[in-house]
Amino acid sequence: MTSTAEAVLHQPLTLEFDYTRSLGPVLSQYLSGLAARQVIGGVLSDGRIAVPPPEYDPLTHAPVTRMQPVADEGSVVTWSWVAEPLPGQPLERPFAFALVLLDGADTPLLHAVDAGEPETMRTGMRVRARWAQERTGSVRDLACFEPAGTAPASGPAEEPPTSAGPSPASVTVGITPVRLAYDYAASPEESVFGRGLREGRILAQSCPVCHKVYVPPRGACPVDGVPTQAPFDVADTGIVTTFCIVNVPFLGQRIKPPYVSAYVLLDGADIAFLHLILGVEASKVRMGMRVRAVWKPEAERSYSMETISHFEPTGEPDADFESYRRHL
Amino acid sequence: MRDVAVVGFAQRQTRAFDGSPNCVELLVPILHELWEQTGWTKADIGFWCSGSSDYLAGRSFSFVTAIDALGAVPPISESHVEMDGAWALYEAWLKIQTGEADTALVYGFGKSSASTLRRTLALQLDPYTLTPLWPDTVSIAGLQARLGLERGAWDEKAMAEVVARSRSNAIGNEYAVRRGETSIDDVLAQEMFADPLRRWDCAPVTDGAAAVVIAATDRLPATCRRPAVIVGIAHSTDAADLGLRDLLRSPSAAAAASGAGGTEGVQVAELHAPFSHQELILRRELGLAPDIAINPSGGALAANPMFSAGLIRIGEAARRIWSDEADRTLGHATSGAALQQNLVCVMEASA
Repeated sequence: MTSTAEAVLHQPLTLEFDYTRSLGPVLSQYLSGLAARQVIGGVLSDGRIAVPPPEYDPLTHAPVTRMQPVADEGSVVTWSWVAEPLPGQPLERPFAFALVLLDGADTPLLHAVDAGEPETMRTGMRVRARWAQERTGSVRDLACFEPAGTAPASGPAEEPPTSAGPSPASVTVGITPVRLAYDYAASPEESVFGRGLREGRILAQSCPVCHKVYVPPRGACPVDGVPTQAPFDVADTGIVTTFCIVNVPFLGQRIKPPYVSAYVLLDGADIAFLHLILGVEASKVRMGMRVRAVWKPEAERSYSMETISHFEPTGEPDADFESYRRHL
Repeated sequence: MRDVAVVGFAQRQTRAFDGSPNCVELLVPILHELWEQTGWTKADIGFWCSGSSDYLAGRSFSFVTAIDALGAVPPISESHVEMDGAWALYEAWLKIQTGEADTALVYGFGKSSASTLRRTLALQLDPYTLTPLWPDTVSIAGLQARLGLERGAWDEKAMAEVVARSRSNAIGNEYAVRRGETSIDDVLAQEMFADPLRRWDCAPVTDGAAAVVIAATDRLPATCRRPAVIVGIAHSTDAADLGLRDLLRSPSAAAAASGAGGTEGVQVAELHAPFSHQELILRRELGLAPDIAINPSGGALAANPMFSAGLIRIGEAARRIWSDEADRTLGHATSGAALQQNLVCVMEASA
């Protein structure tokens, strides 16, 4: 994270999640076709051939069942110029997104045209498919379109697809990779809290109406909906309210099971937070057990909650159940 | 049908909000403003509904953390849509129709600046055939704009007129992030951003939040002198596949207008058109007469906070009734690629 005097804390955040989807009969044929360098359209109830084939007819909403191959070249219906391509787009150099009406189709397909310069692009221009060298049954098998009058950019033309009819539906699952980059900002209260951790302090805030003390602090009291008040220090000791023993291994696990994940209610706070209880056998952890924060060495401290390595027992007598019953 | 009126509206918009993606810091003062407008407290609200998106926030359950701003103890009746707040308003209006609530507070929020908005929005497209190509919203709007330019549906000057009026109108809007006295020639002198679109043809990336209070007319706040009664509200959607649509038209916008009872007699229309040429499509589809005042607030070309810009159109349109500037107004919201989904809300000074 970066930090200036009063500004909120920021951190780059990249989210990645690939969606794995079963394709169903229509998209399975479409993507199997692309893998075999063949574009397949769906025959609609009004006789038009749509590319890509929709799963359901736009007029009757009945499943689309008839498929029809179309050409892998056609004409540009409309286009827009992408001067600065974004990550993941079909080309890394400037290109055009276009609606391309393939010969034999009645509805246009959205894809990229590798035209080099916007001056090359015009509505009505002829373009042909440039196929990816390695095809996996994805829309990216059709790498992009290129102006039909130029020499193929992908080397000598490959043999045309062998089958004249629709390809067998060999591709049944599609993966859509998603990767999103954010500049993630903490709230002002989270920023104050994060800066406190770096100094080895735990800062709380309270509600001016109900006087509940929140750790970590939040922008508004969830009971009263009013902004919380100026931060103050709270102790790094407290009690375990409730806990679980983690026995199940999972991806990214950093501690060998069994270990304890617990809600810790700091002395003077009204809201417990989740943390680790270590330095004691998992089977010895109890509700009401007194614990103390174990801080990472100063050189390893950050704005993150991980600056507190874990909590460990203080050895003091357990808290009375009545004292934390309302926090469960 | 129960008569329901728009009785409160507050908003915050900014180019890049330096704060948390759940926008609690914006929602708290917005709600405070609504309590002042209505003289109500949270106890007077029977139903709460929000519009936002985790894709925009970059975190899961961002709408749950935003509830901190409401003060949800004792428990409240609450719902959420992953859509613009205008659709949350539709849900709230339905809730009041069912008789389960008499009043509702609707809000929308979004921090568009946290990621590359036009890229993130590729996730609203077909995940099999389109998202893997990451077509951005500006490029898709460009396909639509060029189609209209080359087929004679509109020309550059008509698009520039929309831009110039939006920017000039926005001078009076303290929340606009783009504003200034602008002529058609000023617009045409701008360089191309994504040919055929200039930067000013595209709504600015905007962070913000907004909230609206609605109430059955037998349960109005005492402060409400001239409620904006909803005489018609409807929404509709077109096919998701861009190739199956006539991009020069928006049948769903026409269907929403018709479902809302038509637009006759409307004096002020707040249209949610994130690209200049889309206002031209909407004016035709909604059947708006030429003398209607369009977007006195500056519209989406002045500020387009994701998930609240549509709700803001309804709030701005209602405000013209409260202030005696108009007797019948229209708020419109859009969602999806190239005007795919549309909502129309027509309001009147009295039912």
